[in-house]
Amino acid sequence: MAKVEKKGSVSEELLREFFREMLLIRRFEEKVEERFRAGELPGFLHVAIGQEACAVGVCRALEEGDVIASTHRAHGHTLAKGTHPNEVMAELYGKLEGTSHGYGGSMHLYDVERGNLGANAVVGGGLPATVGAALAFKMRDEPRVAVAFFGDGATNIGTFHESLNLAQLWQVPAVFVCENNHWAESTPAKQQLPIEDLTERAAAYGMPAMHVDGQEIEEVYASAVAALDHARGGRGPVFLLLETYRLTGHYVGDPQVYRPKGELQELRETQDPITKLREKLELSDEEFEQADREAHELVEASVEFAKAGTDPRPEDALKNLYA
Amino acid sequence: MPELSYREAVRDALSQAMRRDGDVFIMGEDIAEMGGSMGVTQGMLDEFGPERVRNTPISEMALVGTAIGAAIQGMRPVAEVMYEDFLTLAAEQIVNQAAKHRYMSGGQLKVPLTIRTQGGAGWSPGAQHAQQLEAWFVHIPGLKVLFPSTPTDVRGLLWSAIYDDNPVVFFEHRTLYGLKEDVPDELEPIPIGKARVHRDGEDVTVIATGRLVHESLAAAGQAEEDGVSVEVVDPRTLQPLDEETIVDSVKKTNRAVVAHEAVTRMGFGAEVAAVIQHQAFDWLDAPVERVGAKFVPLPFAPVMEEFVVPHQAEVYEAIMRTVGRNGD
Repeated sequence: MAKVEKKGSVSEELLREFFREMLLIRRFEEKVEERFRAGELPGFLHVAIGQEACAVGVCRALEEGDVIASTHRAHGHTLAKGTHPNEVMAELYGKLEGTSHGYGGSMHLYDVERGNLGANAVVGGGLPATVGAALAFKMRDEPRVAVAFFGDGATNIGTFHESLNLAQLWQVPAVFVCENNHWAESTPAKQQLPIEDLTERAAAYGMPAMHVDGQEIEEVYASAVAALDHARGGRGPVFLLLETYRLTGHYVGDPQVYRPKGELQELRETQDPITKLREKLELSDEEFEQADREAHELVEASVEFAKAGTDPRPEDALKNLYA
Repeated sequence: MPELSYREAVRDALSQAMRRDGDVFIMGEDIAEMGGSMGVTQGMLDEFGPERVRNTPISEMALVGTAIGAAIQGMRPVAEVMYEDFLTLAAEQIVNQAAKHRYMSGGQLKVPLTIRTQGGAGWSPGAQHAQQLEAWFVHIPGLKVLFPSTPTDVRGLLWSAIYDDNPVVFFEHRTLYGLKEDVPDELEPIPIGKARVHRDGEDVTVIATGRLVHESLAAAGQAEEDGVSVEVVDPRTLQPLDEETIVDSVKKTNRAVVAHEAVTRMGFGAEVAAVIQHQAFDWLDAPVERVGAKFVPLPFAPVMEEFVVPHQAEVYEAIMRTVGRNGD
């Protein structure tokens, strides 16, 4: 099996950019939780607090023209792929100014212009289309890569297996990013996975795999760069396994009765990717507070933008069905 | 005018599109060297090569889903699902993904995908290789559903499906592959959403799809001998549906029979009957008669299979009921 090599290190300047993005995503999602609890946001919301390094590390490694498919936990991927917080928040408020003009919502964030082919509310649902996008790139001889985000829970569903099988068989330029947060909704890994090392699933298809700490953004970024290079270079798909932690419930409002007592507290103290990067960068309190202030301002502005947005007319529901 | 079989007509539309346009390619199980389980794609591997005539694993979710992804990138894939029974395996990708990407994205995406499939009884495969499931997909906003019944129609409509910017589920009927007909020299695209009146008549309209178009034409000939003049309409496109042609015909004849091979209950004919009663209620002289399969899976033994699915006789009897005669 081909081996995918990581190379190079990440400049401090770039890491500081990553920090600001991760913090923005964190503050954005905390605001989403707050506004949902305040009764302002309709629907079914899932935040990825704790998984910011996965979103930012992978998306910042992408090149112009690369595409992603996301999951029901999509705010971070969407922001990291370059969509403005205003547009994401407006979508969550169901406004015409939102990414999907109110037709999608939190679980269906699309930004095709920026290469986001859509968040998917069916676990594993976006994987086959990722293979298809990669197939189109290969057939047209375009140096582009298609990336699928999904969780450990998705590795149990048929689309995952059929997609990895076909991608490897056809050697398409795809990267399968598994964010293993160790919970499939409320079900822990030990109740849903008969193996511990999920790279074995890629190995079953002969697909090269990388296995890294998803809470260390430098690792995530370097691995993603290597995986994308591998795929772009015509050497076939890569399975990138990121060990991460969901420092919150499955959905906004989840009482998490299934979590062992003390787990969340401990994980928040030891596995917060933002704290880890802050420590690595040795940011002073002043530097942190400035970054935090900027993030807060962007998020507050996005809420104002969204609230001031235009409600669709009910009959707009009849548009956008057929091309 | 060349004579083509239904099978050759499908192949001709695929081949012409692929000659014209590098974005069109086909994928499916056993479609390359074997030429497809129905022989539709025979010879295409030689002409177009394995990049564009792609054999896939037995993997319906991935083959349909991959075609969706390629379509979103602007290709025009035609995915073949060997038997329509196996659409159930890919149903998630068809129903939740292909049908909804455009809508969920607020109009950002197009999915110019064609899913070709086939089914139909008459050869005793039993319960899992010959169902008629077209009505399932008519129920899903975002899909187009086509079901042509002649070589000319299948050629012209497949072309239109390939060049439509929406996901199209394209049903072919197994027992029609050998049916031959003179077709136009040049492929003439047939607009999606236009029914075909196969036979003019004055007393009863039969709205039929697939194999039942031919059974209905035969029944119409039989009824004519009894002095009953029958019009036969094939919608060809189930979604969008040419309601106008159907309703106009019924307003003329004042009687209607809907006929398809699928199970009658919740079949496509139920929708057609609803359209007729709503738009032509005051013109109806008799209840709309329904012809379809009995409410059981397809049995294996030929005598039972023959009993379960409808034929000319059932259509003829339904026609005669609408004119108040018992068909003896």
